[in-house]
Amino acid sequence: MSALQPHLPALQVIVPMLTAPLVALLRERQFSWLVTTAASLCAFAVAIALTMVVLEQGTISYEMGSWPPPFGIALSIDAVSALLLLVVTGASSLALIAGATSLQAQCESDRQPLFYAAWLLALAGLCGILVTADAFNIFVFMEISSLASYVLVAGGPDRRALPAVFKYLVMGTIGATFYLIGVGVIYLMTGTLNLADMEVRIQQVGEFQPFLIAAAFITVGMALKAAIFPLHVWLPNAYTFAPHVVTVFFAACATKVSLYVLLRLDFVVFQQNVGGHDVQFAYFMLPLSVLAILIASAVAIFEANLKRLFAWSSVAQIGYITLGASLISQAGLTASLLHMFNHALAKGALFLALACLAMSVAKLRVDEIGGIARRMPWTMAAFVVGGLSLIGVPGTAGFISKWYLIQAAFGAGSVGIALIIIILISSLMAVVYIWRVVETAYFGEAANDEAREAPLAILVPTWIAVALNIFFGLHPNLPVELSSRAAAVLLGTGP
Amino acid sequence: MELLGLYHYWVFAILLMTGFYAVVAKVNLIKKLIGLTLFQAAVFLLYISVGMVEGGDAPIFTADNADSLFSNPLPQVLILTAIVVGISTTALGLAIVVRINEVYGTIEEDEIQEIDRR
Amino acid sequence: MSGADLIIAAILLPLGGAVGIGLAGRVSDNLRETVTLITAFLLAVTVWNLAPGLMAGERPGFTAFEVVPGIDIAFRLEPLGMLFAALASSLWIVNSVYSIGYMRGNKEKNQTRFYIFFALSLSATMGIAFAGNLFTLFLFYEMLTLSTYPLVSHKGDAATVRSARVYIGILLTTSIGLLLPAIIWTYVVAGTGDFSAGGILEGKLGGPLLGLLLALFVFGIGKAAVMPVHRWLPAAMVAPTPVSALLHAVAVVKAGVFAVTKIIVYIFGVDYLFSTPGSGWLLYAASFTIVVASLVALRQQNLKRLLAYSTVAQLSYVVMAAAILKPLAEIGAAIHIVAHAFGKITLFFAAGAIYVASKKTELPQLSGIGRRMPWTMTAFTIGALSMIGVPPTAGFVSKWYILAGAFQSDNYVAIVTIVASTVLNAAYFLPIIYMAWFGREATEGRVEHGEAPWPAVLALTVTAALTILFFLFNGPVISLERQLLEVAA
Repeated sequence: MSALQPHLPALQVIVPMLTAPLVALLRERQFSWLVTTAASLCAFAVAIALTMVVLEQGTISYEMGSWPPPFGIALSIDAVSALLLLVVTGASSLALIAGATSLQAQCESDRQPLFYAAWLLALAGLCGILVTADAFNIFVFMEISSLASYVLVAGGPDRRALPAVFKYLVMGTIGATFYLIGVGVIYLMTGTLNLADMEVRIQQVGEFQPFLIAAAFITVGMALKAAIFPLHVWLPNAYTFAPHVVTVFFAACATKVSLYVLLRLDFVVFQQNVGGHDVQFAYFMLPLSVLAILIASAVAIFEANLKRLFAWSSVAQIGYITLGASLISQAGLTASLLHMFNHALAKGALFLALACLAMSVAKLRVDEIGGIARRMPWTMAAFVVGGLSLIGVPGTAGFISKWYLIQAAFGAGSVGIALIIIILISSLMAVVYIWRVVETAYFGEAANDEAREAPLAILVPTWIAVALNIFFGLHPNLPVELSSRAAAVLLGTGP
Repeated sequence: MELLGLYHYWVFAILLMTGFYAVVAKVNLIKKLIGLTLFQAAVFLLYISVGMVEGGDAPIFTADNADSLFSNPLPQVLILTAIVVGISTTALGLAIVVRINEVYGTIEEDEIQEIDRR
Repeated sequence: MSGADLIIAAILLPLGGAVGIGLAGRVSDNLRETVTLITAFLLAVTVWNLAPGLMAGERPGFTAFEVVPGIDIAFRLEPLGMLFAALASSLWIVNSVYSIGYMRGNKEKNQTRFYIFFALSLSATMGIAFAGNLFTLFLFYEMLTLSTYPLVSHKGDAATVRSARVYIGILLTTSIGLLLPAIIWTYVVAGTGDFSAGGILEGKLGGPLLGLLLALFVFGIGKAAVMPVHRWLPAAMVAPTPVSALLHAVAVVKAGVFAVTKIIVYIFGVDYLFSTPGSGWLLYAASFTIVVASLVALRQQNLKRLLAYSTVAQLSYVVMAAAILKPLAEIGAAIHIVAHAFGKITLFFAAGAIYVASKKTELPQLSGIGRRMPWTMTAFTIGALSMIGVPPTAGFVSKWYILAGAFQSDNYVAIVTIVASTVLNAAYFLPIIYMAWFGREATEGRVEHGEAPWPAVLALTVTAALTILFFLFNGPVISLERQLLEVAA
């Protein structure tokens, strides 16, 4: 371990990336699943190790092939990346462990090795975005993960997955290209692609107009990828028709990584250097976040398809994350980053519970799960706890981020009071859409007499996610510590 | 005249918007993809054109040209990667269109929506 | 065991009991009910063991763990919480005995689930009683809401589910929408949420904002049922009667008024609130609720709905007493929690016994029932007299202290309200009593029936006896709550 220790940042990407072609060559379903899961768990272990180092020593810098930046490719891991690395690798591992059973029902055996290869590529891409310190590398990794995720989403058995993926592909590519334009403009002005170097050189250039344009391109491009309202239109269908385990993985982390890029560039590169950018960012993000929270929650209330219901809820929850960020304060950013972590936990648990449900109820519509709780008590109990976490009931992870968000809003003056009201209203909307499902499942007319409790192989990971929701609801030290440090990094006030 | 002097920006902008228009306005999925490719190509051109240094040589080091002026090679390297990404995206997009055609029997977006609504 | 250990035991015992009940339920019904009774008994012993130390002036407390810096899960014993915990844990024994009679007599389904969630809600109640800060209080408050939902919706038919939706809807809405921001506001302003003598807000928040914060707390604690957030209580009448008793007497509404009193005493500080203008509205809101709820009760034809509105009115007694902001009235508030609990649980037990024995629920049907069910109706009469406040019942004691507190500050609004509501209480309870004993039974549709199953009768006899005994032997309770007075002074 000690010999590997200095190379952990590189391993984070290399392990899944090199396993991917290997898995593609395997022809045996079970074995390929095993290798994939092992690689993902390895990545998770690396992420944990990295987090521990970051907590102890602060930012880790790593030079690929020992080429010093800005010439070589540098990797850099600080609290922000560590937090999201944990989320991404953890979600991937949990989804994979649950995945074997769920996927078997949705995807032919001989295609599964290829599916798993794509999964690893997506994982490698997401990890790559998080560890790299180079703006162009972010683009490349983003496209690696995106291309792989188009394949994953298209793996669903429903034919409507195909138009959904096409829309996802078009919008994703436009988003990435916008990002590329923005980076190009910065490169024109500064001649560097290294994020830290950019920050310094922008100050030397002294002319802000082009950087505002670059910021605009990057913000809009990443908003597309992160499904920030009103650029979210690809998300509901893509989540709905993707295989269930893919939804678990993506709902927990894919959009969050785009948000990470957005925050990193807007805060670290632009905010302190480009005059007035913070105000622009807040004016741009705040209203959109509020609209996202209210409109998406309202749509979720009337949605009958369970997966789409929670996809809409994700759009609303992304609104919470951007809301916290748009307050541009230590407390706001802490809440925002904390919610990335906690929302991943809650949504992960919920979509895992839906994957359990899907073993018996193929269509996953509200009117088809009447009375299902009597037949699948463990699944629905997991669903209830996940739902409570999403609502933000104390004792669950969701409560912690809500607590921080409201506290941050209190610090934001009179606008803050309005925001608190909005946050609370939307919490109540969450109560409505969760409770509609719970009530139907527990008290509805029995619609399905053949339903049986989901197999343990998928039930156990679901309950692990549920247990994490409760654990981090009562012991949130780790995410809180990481998020507050990460917020300090983004604001440039801490290491 | 200064505006025209920066003509490569104009080419970039026009290509970009043409591509974007096709992506948004066309209902035929292949045409959308063509628009998307154009959209990406515009950005490639932006990068490559700014890497050009007036009067510069191709950046190939030999023993006797060490002190002459070179064009910036980095944007070309970057765009080489971006082109690979772009091709993969297009290939994947076309593959999806083929699958859509197999399943729905059409590649017109409005017709697909019509079929799904039924 | 030290005080801190006892507190942990009090919270964990019902949790363990819930697990035990679940396991025992797979073996046999008798074993399950034995486990319930043993758990209830052990819990009461545990809680009562805390009393001697408290009387001697000890205030055991501990921090379980720090959730985030500045926000802990902490517990601390104090007179008000002791009273509430002792009340709830003791009544749980009686209620369990009654439940066995009622649930078996009615042949209810899913009885194991019923007993499990009952135990869980008791654990939450203990958490509320011993909470050492606002955060802990909120945590267990929500746990209580959620663990009582399956009890309220026990029957599971469409009408029940609809009512249960009102129940959870109002309680969750108010707690998340109003109570949570109030708590966070307190933490932001005061930097802490610990319950401490004399309050924590003095000099940190004043004027109209203090009144606003008080409003957020009072209406956010929907369980206290101050109008207009009382609707859940009549809606929850669809629950089986032991659950109604749990809601009205043992835990839920008591948790509400307990939390309001505790927050007024330990967060706002009685004196500070009294000296700040802008908090007087609470007295009027409570008075309004008392009078209006009594008027509504007057018009009810369904016995359980009548009792529900009576509870709404009686709860506001506690809130009003707390809002008088005088030491004697705070004692009155604490004692009224107990007094009302004894009386109301008796009334509900009686209503449930009538239902089990005769399936009667409407008032006109009760004519002449006293002769068929003498024990039950005697207990009902005692409970009703306690509601009115006639000696020798518990209701008289608390009314005495509330009135004394009102006179301390020459609070005529409170005095007039108490007088008016006594008249109204008499106006809706006395006709029932008269009809039950002296009315003639309707001839058509007559059902031959006697008393309800013996556990139910035993339970209601015990609570009726407690109602009277509390009038005679209230010394220890009063002296315990006098310590509250020292806190408040």
